[in-house]
Amino acid sequence: MRSSAMRDMMAITARPEVISLAGGLPDTSTFPPEAFAAEMDRIVRGSVAEVLQYGPTEGLDLVREQIVNVMAAEDMRVDAMDVTVTTGGQQAIDLITKVLIDPGDALICDAPTYPGAIPTFCSYEADVIQIECDDDGMRIDLLEQAIADLAAQGRRPKFIYSIPTFQNPGGVTLSLERRRRLVEIAREQEILVVEDNPYGLLRYEGESLPTLYSLDGGTYVVYLGTFSKILSAGLRIGWTVAPTPIREKIVLGKQAADLCTSTLTQDFAGEYFRKGRWQEYVDDLIGIYRSRRDAMVGAMAEYFPHGSTWTRPEGGLFVWATMPEVLNTEDLLAKALSKNVAFVPGTAAYVDGRGANSMRLNFSGVREDRIIEGIRRIGEAASEQLFLYETMTGTGEMKLPPLPEDYQ
Amino acid sequence: MKVALLQGGRSLERGVSLRSGARVTEALLDLGHQVEPLDLGPDLVPRLEALQPDVAFIALHGTEGEDGTVQALLELLGIPHTGPGVAACQRCMDKSLSKFIFREHGIPTPDWVTYSEAAIRDFGAASTFARAVDRVGLPLVAKPASQGSSLGVKVVTGAEAIPGALITALSYDSRALLETWVSGRELAVSVLGNEALPVVEAIPTDSNAYDFEARYEIGGAHFVCPAELGGAVTEEVNRIALAAYNALGCSGFSRVDLILGEDGPQVLEVNAIPGLTETSLLPQAAEAAGVSFDQMVAKILDLAR
Repeated sequence: MRSSAMRDMMAITARPEVISLAGGLPDTSTFPPEAFAAEMDRIVRGSVAEVLQYGPTEGLDLVREQIVNVMAAEDMRVDAMDVTVTTGGQQAIDLITKVLIDPGDALICDAPTYPGAIPTFCSYEADVIQIECDDDGMRIDLLEQAIADLAAQGRRPKFIYSIPTFQNPGGVTLSLERRRRLVEIAREQEILVVEDNPYGLLRYEGESLPTLYSLDGGTYVVYLGTFSKILSAGLRIGWTVAPTPIREKIVLGKQAADLCTSTLTQDFAGEYFRKGRWQEYVDDLIGIYRSRRDAMVGAMAEYFPHGSTWTRPEGGLFVWATMPEVLNTEDLLAKALSKNVAFVPGTAAYVDGRGANSMRLNFSGVREDRIIEGIRRIGEAASEQLFLYETMTGTGEMKLPPLPEDYQ
Repeated sequence: MKVALLQGGRSLERGVSLRSGARVTEALLDLGHQVEPLDLGPDLVPRLEALQPDVAFIALHGTEGEDGTVQALLELLGIPHTGPGVAACQRCMDKSLSKFIFREHGIPTPDWVTYSEAAIRDFGAASTFARAVDRVGLPLVAKPASQGSSLGVKVVTGAEAIPGALITALSYDSRALLETWVSGRELAVSVLGNEALPVVEAIPTDSNAYDFEARYEIGGAHFVCPAELGGAVTEEVNRIALAAYNALGCSGFSRVDLILGEDGPQVLEVNAIPGLTETSLLPQAAEAAGVSFDQMVAKILDLAR
């Protein structure tokens, strides 16, 4: 996805007839309009002057206190003083990179990683080292090897960026054992871990795992959070929780970037969370997203070609699917777009061209019937390409894995 | 004048088209015209009928905008439009047809073979790949027959890579070309009102000549205009470019892409509606000829019919 022609291609996904499984959009259509009107009424009646004014760079105290509550829902205990409100989680990634990275510094992250983080890392000229993930998240053995390899060159990673829970784009979750080991490594080697946790509260099944932040207590783990997936992406409210020296730099960086996050949206969100009904809305979302995930993985089982694999996330917004090796998902995207369906090609999640036969698919922002139809069309496009390839190379050259035993 | 500015659509080059459209709109407003931007969609014809524009400015790239679809509708509605007509658009859009026409007119173009998806899927065409390689040689370029941009283009250095390259090319169109890869300088001649503008040369930043895709990355190539070719070569390049433009029946404006190899200039393709963003090649060439963006747009509009 580095090529500009490829980026241009994605312009079509904005067309209404296109089923876009490419975005990372939460479903905001179910947010109760009464709740929205109530907040706006309250603002009109009492705080127009305040919400039209600048606010503190760190964020409104009201919001910082509510962030403490939201984090407590995932068993994290933080001091509101350590919270910095940012303009969306994206700014949190930008600020932490700006603060910690000098050109050429090493930075470690998941492979694949959040596609939106890559341009940020690259714009600060970080040397990005990606560690392969499996079903249990980042492979910690490979991480240790990478740290050792850097040490042999007299270098250290400035930080390890990871989305341990319902990873974007992989959909996988770092196992408890690996979480413990990662935090140990951070302590032993005094390396910062940046835990990005936009989806932790969106769990559809299984047991919650402790966050890295709660395992570490906030010494070596910097935490990034957001309201985008549990309230609204349009309000643009995220945050960081960081030890004081880093927090101070983040605040300076934010001051330079935009002085403060919108006072209006902070006021809206702060009061909304203070009323304590937000859990009900998140529960509604969980129900909706669970059905959509099931629709997506069910449709994949039915329509994706033999030899393809995909993750079955226990939460979050994304499924990561991998096609037989002979297919290239950028080409497949072109074909899929001609059938009015879009996804993110896997190369967007890597800095080095890996992921060429993988793709990220979003299930949160699209209705079930559209998800099923979208997956059917992608499967059809992939099957057409595979058939053509097989015709050209003769059967037996496709090197497909054998049928799984439970294949129906 | 009341100008309907057609942009966007659902081609893979929608993004460029929207940028072209925005820049052209600005120029048209500067020139004192009334502009109505229209994104191609199911309401196109009713909106055009309601609007009754004096002229349609077509800032569309890729399928539907460049393949004559929209031009045919406009001609039926009796609305004059910018750029080439229906037949010329179709001839430009189909690279295989373009090359047959170049051959008929004695215009040099690299050798090629065209495969349709149906021929490969239904008629066992894959067993002719060896013959195709005999004809066009290696390395060769695999490309979709009808995409304007670099999408789907791959350089093949060994015959075993042909199936993969064809899968790529056939993802963008139902037909693909295997074309002789010619080593040389990449040139573009923009034609405005039947006159060749100064030649633009694309110089790849990366010296790896086979890494075709890399040239289209940001910073993958830089452009020189006018290209340093010397008088005689420039004249020859312009002559061949204009011959290609005329052979395909273009009018108004278009851009001819050539490669200048050891055997002289050869035409690769003609873009019926080249990019019209600030940094596109046609505006750059116009600028080098002392024609400002606004003047260029005025001229294109003037040539509408």
